[in-house]
Amino acid sequence: MAIAAMATPKTTPWREFWAGARHTIPLIVGAIPFGIIFGTLAQTNGLSWAGAAAMSAWVFAGSSQFIALGLLGTGSPVGVIVLTTLVVNLRHLLYAVGLVPYLQHLSQGWKAALGFWLTDETFMVAIQRYRQPDPSPYKHWFQLGSALAMYGNWQLCTWLGLTLGQSLPNAANWGLDFAMVATFIGMTIPYLTTRPMVATVVVAGGTALLARSLPHQLGIMVAAIAAIGVGVTLENWQKRGVSHP
Amino acid sequence: MNHSEWPLIGGMTLVTFLVRYPVLAMSGRLKLPASLLQALNYVPPAVLTAIVVPAVFVESGELWLSWHNPRIVGAIAALTIGCWRKHLLLTIVVGMGAFLLWQIFL
Repeated sequence: MAIAAMATPKTTPWREFWAGARHTIPLIVGAIPFGIIFGTLAQTNGLSWAGAAAMSAWVFAGSSQFIALGLLGTGSPVGVIVLTTLVVNLRHLLYAVGLVPYLQHLSQGWKAALGFWLTDETFMVAIQRYRQPDPSPYKHWFQLGSALAMYGNWQLCTWLGLTLGQSLPNAANWGLDFAMVATFIGMTIPYLTTRPMVATVVVAGGTALLARSLPHQLGIMVAAIAAIGVGVTLENWQKRGVSHP
Repeated sequence: MNHSEWPLIGGMTLVTFLVRYPVLAMSGRLKLPASLLQALNYVPPAVLTAIVVPAVFVESGELWLSWHNPRIVGAIAALTIGCWRKHLLLTIVVGMGAFLLWQIFL
């Protein structure tokens, strides 16, 4: 599932941009149902049309937008919702750190733009491009193409969902948010090439299940940190040639 | 937009941007140790799995381990086709299709 070699001898910013958008298409397919569901759920959970559209335009973080809707529906105070958003989106901090080696030479304008538009999907697609060995100086255009494709799609799907929500009030019960699960599975599989990676995934899943009752989705962070620790430890053992089961 | 929505959306926008941007803003001065870079390779699969597994197995706070759970069937379908064909779009479409069919016919 690795992104096919897209390095051409004469790469240009626009070529990188379109390649980034094109390689994000599978992830957009997965995001479409998710965005529509957000739009349909918004009004039943007490968010106005403009409020939902503004949230998609400014926050632009799907899973936290969903969780915010759930909290709104149960009447949680604004402070709790904002804090939960922070925790759910903390993984983006890890993504940003992962991008540092590739973005540190760019202007602040580029950094702010790529930061604002940073999502799981764009990170996954862009990091594969950055790691390709060709010396293209325009790889950040690839990330921008991916980011804007995701962003445009998210706005359209939110509006579509807001419109559909009025004519199909039950659409939220169809379970279309499963598209996110299928997308994330598809994004994880290419990593499963070494034993430490497989162990990481197993530990992440198991810990997330055990920690699911922690408040404010903290289980995700706990599970991720435990799993990363296990993966790194196993990799270091392997490097030292210590045998292990 | 209602007046009460401004603090909510403004707050969410602010904290999200303050997670995504500052590390990049300071990146010119950051020198990352090799061990941190090694750990970062594990971030995407760890985070994605930690989000996905509870979403598949947990229904309103309870474990739902059963063939009647369409999310399990969809996840197994996505995993199988994904490991076999290594094709992202196919993985998403087959996983979603299996989930929907199971949900409709069961």
